[in-house]
Amino acid sequence: MVLGRGAEMLDLRLYLLQRLSAMVMAPLVLGHIGMMIYAAQGGLTASEILARTQGNQWWALFYGVFVLAAAIHATIGLRVVLHEYLKPPPRLLNSVALALFVCLVALGARAIMAVVL
Amino acid sequence: MTDTLQVDIWRGDTNGGSYSRYAVPAQESQTILDVVTWVQRHAEPGLAYRFACRVGMCGSCAMMVNGAPRWTCRTHVRKASKDGKLTIAPLRNMPVVKDLVCDMAEFFDKWIKAGSVFTPTETRNDPMAAIKPDEPDRMNANAAIECINCGVCYAGCDTVEANPDYLGPAALNRAWTLVNDRRDGAGSERLSTISKAGGCHSCHTHQSCAALCPNLLNPTASIAGLKRKTAKAALGLGTRR
Ligand code: SF4
Ligand code: SF4
Ligand code: FES
Repeated sequence: MVLGRGAEMLDLRLYLLQRLSAMVMAPLVLGHIGMMIYAAQGGLTASEILARTQGNQWWALFYGVFVLAAAIHATIGLRVVLHEYLKPPPRLLNSVALALFVCLVALGARAIMAVVL
Repeated sequence: MTDTLQVDIWRGDTNGGSYSRYAVPAQESQTILDVVTWVQRHAEPGLAYRFACRVGMCGSCAMMVNGAPRWTCRTHVRKASKDGKLTIAPLRNMPVVKDLVCDMAEFFDKWIKAGSVFTPTETRNDPMAAIKPDEPDRMNANAAIECINCGVCYAGCDTVEANPDYLGPAALNRAWTLVNDRRDGAGSERLSTISKAGGCHSCHTHQSCAALCPNLLNPTASIAGLKRKTAKAALGLGTRR
């Protein structure tokens, strides 16, 4: 038996996706914090940092995956908060969640482009 | 110990109500149910409340006592109140019928919804299933099986309050006992039922239910077990049937 097919299994799929995105984010968070400490301790200037990130596809990939995982994770969490506090009808809830997801991805993508392009 | 308890009891019906204050003589080893019974016998004959066994078996006497849901027949006044003041109200998360009596219909409907009915795979003519006490599944079920349907966990669960569709700790705890019962034949349907909106994935793992259950059950752990089982089934891993 494979569970999770069909519209009514949305909760189960979101549950799995939230765990999966958390697993993806865990090492990325550590990497990000490590890099922040390195950059701050090393006294790197903004232009020195940009010199390392611009045109570097590895940083683009690192933060691309990070942004995507964070957007998925945060949206699922916020969807539950909205559901429990405001109790909107399911279709409105899902549309708002989708809009939030798109906003988060757009914000993240903008930030990534600013440092790698 | 004070000689007199100051007891506020919620009085009202479906249209609302308010607290009435009673002075109740304090006694040694007095339970909350003793207090309520004293009020009904001596001060307020019309007071509605529910109990049956008085020994923690039937699960009918639960009420909110100083803000927390408790089985009143086995909760000593001494434990619930340090200063001789008590506030007693009907269980949270359930509609009130009258005074301290709440309507548990939805609570029990959700048990049925969660697939709590045993679905036999054999008949009485078949030999008895030999299930050893130390089988892992039996041990899982054992830890969850002594539920008296009192509704204390359900009244204490903030997710039930925030999400009226949520099946709640007791119903899901029951489902977990059946998921671990290999004589039961409705495993896949049950997992699919509890994976829908309001099912086990709605639980926020607060553990209020586990902290409050008078029988020391741990519905949070049962629900975590259901989350694992449903996740595995969704990923196509290790399903038993
Ligand atoms: S652990 Fe789950 S069932 Fe228990 S109180 Fe919290 S949300 Fe409710
Ligand atoms: S799990 Fe515990 S608190 Fe909940 S209904 Fe059963 S006995 Fe009562
Ligand atoms: S009266 Fe039966 S459990 Fe309290």
